This record gives sequence, C-alpha cells and structure tokens, in this order.
Amino acid sequence: MIDASNKYGITKAVALFLSPALSAIFIFFFLPVFAALAMSFTDFGLYSLADWRYTRFVGFDNYVKLFNDPLFWQALKNTFYFVLVAGPLSVAVSLFAAISLNSKFAKFKSFFRLAFFLPVVTTLVAVAIVFRFVYHPHFGLLNYLLGFFGISPIDWLGDPDWAMPAIILMAVWKNFGYNMIIFTAGLQNIPSQLYEAAEIEGANAWRKFYQITLPLLTPTTLFIGVITLIGFFQLFAEPYIMTQGGPLNSTLSIVQYMYREGFRWWNMGYSAALAFVLFAVIFLGTLIQLKLKGKDE
Amino acid sequence: MNNKIKTLGLNLLLLAIAIVTLAPFVWMVSASFMPNGEAFVFPPKFLPDTFSLTQYEKLFTRINIGRFFLNSFILSVSVTFISLFFNSMAGFVFAKYKFAGKDKLFKLLLSSMIIPAQVTMLPLFLMLKEMGFINTYLAIIIPGMANIFGIFLIKQYAESIPDSLIEAAKIDGASDFQIYYKIFLPVIKPILVTLALFTFMGTWNDFIWPLIALSDQSMFTLPVALANLMGEHSQDPELMMAGSTLTILPIIIVFLVLQKQYIKGIMLGSVKE
Repeated sequence: MIDASNKYGITKAVALFLSPALSAIFIFFFLPVFAALAMSFTDFGLYSLADWRYTRFVGFDNYVKLFNDPLFWQALKNTFYFVLVAGPLSVAVSLFAAISLNSKFAKFKSFFRLAFFLPVVTTLVAVAIVFRFVYHPHFGLLNYLLGFFGISPIDWLGDPDWAMPAIILMAVWKNFGYNMIIFTAGLQNIPSQLYEAAEIEGANAWRKFYQITLPLLTPTTLFIGVITLIGFFQLFAEPYIMTQGGPLNSTLSIVQYMYREGFRWWNMGYSAALAFVLFAVIFLGTLIQLKLKGKDE
Repeated sequence: MNNKIKTLGLNLLLLAIAIVTLAPFVWMVSASFMPNGEAFVFPPKFLPDTFSLTQYEKLFTRINIGRFFLNSFILSVSVTFISLFFNSMAGFVFAKYKFAGKDKLFKLLLSSMIIPAQVTMLPLFLMLKEMGFINTYLAIIIPGMANIFGIFLIKQYAESIPDSLIEAAKIDGASDFQIYYKIFLPVIKPILVTLALFTFMGTWNDFIWPLIALSDQSMFTLPVALANLMGEHSQDPELMMAGSTLTILPIIIVFLVLQKQYIKGIMLGSVKE
C-alpha cells in the first residue's frame, strides 16, 4: 500500500483519482436519497413541478395517508407474497441445480450450466412479453403442455388467484441461474475429504446434504438470501408488462405503485413516502436475515 | 449398474430443466418468423409453416426499431466506458493507497448498496429536468457514470495483485497517474472486461429508469420501445416476438463470447469481506 496521507488529509493526486466517481455517487445517489426523504414530508405535486414554491411542508401527512390507503396495503401484501414465495423457491431451485451439476454423475455440465443461466442475462422486458404469450389461456405454450397431464386451461394472467403465481414462476425461471453460480462456487469450497469420511461411516446422500453441504454453505446462503431479497422487493417490470398490476390489483407491486403515483399522477411527495417504506422494508428484511443467521452460529 | 441408473436419471432431469429454460426462447425465435396470425393457434406451433421475414420488415420500416436499437447501443457503450474509467480510478485508490478514513468511507459506500435505486429516482428526475437533460442521452449517462458495485468489484480483484508491483514503481519515481495507467490498468484487465460486460448488459436491459427519463419516442431504448409497442400490439405475438428477439440477440451473443468472464465476476462479487 502506498501512504497517501499528508497534512491536508490526502495527496492531491489521490484526491483527483477518487473525486470523479465519488462526486458522481454523492451528487446523483446520496443527495437524491436525502432529497427524497425531505420530499416525503411535503405535498410536492403537479403544481410544484411548474414552480417549486407551491410546495408545502406537511409533516407526516403522506405517511399517515399511506397507512390509511387500502391500495398501499394491497401493494405491500402483493410484494410480500412475491418475495416470500419466489425468494425461497428460487433459492431452493438454485441450490438443487448447483448440487445436481456438481454431481459426478452429471454429463454435459457446461451445456446445462449455460442453458440454466441464459434467462439471467436476457432482457427482462422482452422475457416478460414472451411469457405473456406463453401464459395465454387458449394459445399459450404452458396450458398446451399442462393439457398433456390432463390439467384444464388456466387463465394465468387474467385470474386474480393465478396472476401472482404466474409472475412468481417466471421470476424463478429467470433468476435461479444467477444464484446457482454462487452456490456452485460455495460447493467447490467444501473439502471433498468431508464427504469421503462420511461415506466411510455409511452416511446416505440425504444425510451428507443435511449435515455437511447445508451447514458449510451457510455463509453463501446468507449472501444469496440478502441479494435475492433486495432484488425481489424491487419487483416492477413483470407486473408492468404482464398484468399492469391487475387483475383487481392482485399483482400491483410497491415500486409499481410508487411509479404510478410519482410519474403518472405526479404526486411526488406521496410517491417519495412509498419509496421510503420500500427502503425500510428492505432494510428490516436484511437485518432480520443477518440476525437469524447470527443466532445460528 | 446402480451408477448407470443414477447417471441416466440425473441427466434426464437436467435435460428437462434445460428444456424448460430454453423452450420460451426457441418459441420466441420461431414465432418471430411466422406471418401474422400463425402464432396464435391451438395447438401452438414450434416451427413456422412458411418462413417469413414480414415481422422484421415491419419493425424496421413502420416501427423504426433501428432508432431504438441505436439509442440502446449508444447508451450502453457510453455508460460502460465512462463508468469503467471512473470506477477503476476509485477502485485503484481503495485497493492500493492508505489514508485516514479510507475504511470508513468504503464501508459507508458498501452499506449504502442496500438502498434501492427507486428511492433516488424522484429527486434525480427533478434534478436532471432542471438541468435540461430529461429526454436526452445524458439522463441515462449521468446517473450511470459511477457505481458502488463497480468500485467494489475492482477493489476486490486488485487486492490480489501484489503491492510490491506498485511500490516498486513508486520508488522508481513513477507518478500516481503513470502507476494507474501503465501498471494498474493492464494487470486488472480481466476484471475490467467482466465489469464492462456487467455494465453493458445492465444498461441494455434496464427498464424503469429509461421509462421515466426518456418519454420522447425518438429517445426510447429497446425495452421501453417494446413495452410501448405491447400496448398496441398485444394481439400480435409474431411482431412482438421479432422485437423481443432483436432485443435479446445482442445480449446473448455478447454473453456467449464472454461467458467465462461473466461467471467469474459473479463469483468475485459474492466473496464476503
């Protein structure tokens, strides 16, 4: 390491290296975060857009209004439904795929890995459009395939009970490949002697998974849990493209409601309050996960 | 014997998953070559009866998708180059220099990665509007100039480079800029490629911010244009599949060429400090 400290704090050269990135981050990320917090205590709306002087400080009014807004509760409930089902499901599928691909019995590993990973890199909007047709009740691929198992057509995106499961299925399909890669890295760090020793003691596959793989993967699982949670709470493009939040608001997400209030109706103060509730939820969710795992160890 | 059954069972299962992950793409490409109406039939077709380029023709002549393609391309390339430059300079300092408060500053940056980008979008929109940048390329480029994940990734990688390399150059009288340009950048090239890939794909695929910041049709990126097109053409799967194919294709090509770097980047990004 090179010592870059001097009587001014740091040398000019080093300050010059840091300043482009840091000033961009401070001005276009940190500053807006604080501005959004301030905005959430105002009635910033369409008139303020024309002249900022029309903005009034309203204290906690936006938050109180949120608390009494049935649509907010609906969006919060939908978002939790999505995160709490799609999150664990996608992590489980990722782990299953990683373990299967890591097995000595698996062939064509690089082809399978590529195939599983492909949905991750592709454009979400394009994929959501493809799935809108895959989910079509009469002509869609999915109902056609389910027909072979004697399942009668489901109106995936048109039925309030099925729309969220449809979005969850797509999200799992789209995302499990990413965590699969991280799990694969974690699995390769587990010393093979542990499994050999367990085999000598006659442990079966399930016991090896439960007593070696799972405990040793804990740090990886925790990391995956946190990033998956943060990502899934930001659900937006899927309902925006596939259902517009419907039917009967059954797929309206927090971010979508925030977008609608802020950028469609220009209720920006109210929208900022929604954004902060989202932040608070993500923050608490991360904290709970860290606490739970901390207790584990 | 037993092993043979295990091998067969496992690989059949893997094949089934691969079919599930690939089938939507196969159908997308296939439907994009169908004339109007052919993809909306029961049972669904996996191959077009007659191979037709109608949809692509329509996209390029009537819908002007070339313009959206160009917008997406210009934005993705500019954001990638600028952010690579800024992030690598900051990552260089965080990895190879020490100064008072460095660790605290870096921790502050890292922990703020938990803040969802949506929180910043309302004030960011107003700021850029005041500057007159809404509906220009700058509305996308400016907030993308630097990002914490990029700095983190570069720092993470650069820490594996021996300090002696840089200290020796310093003793030889090289300036900080020379060290950055002549020694640091060449040795971190692998991670620069990875980060370039992440940034390019991230910008290409991004939806919510371009949707907010670019409302003028001529400025649309491909995802925004597709979403808009879906409003009028929700009954034209063939046309929409052609648009989706054109959007996804460049990403898949880039990914197939550089998949090793991409995978390495994910693994490096997941290392906990």
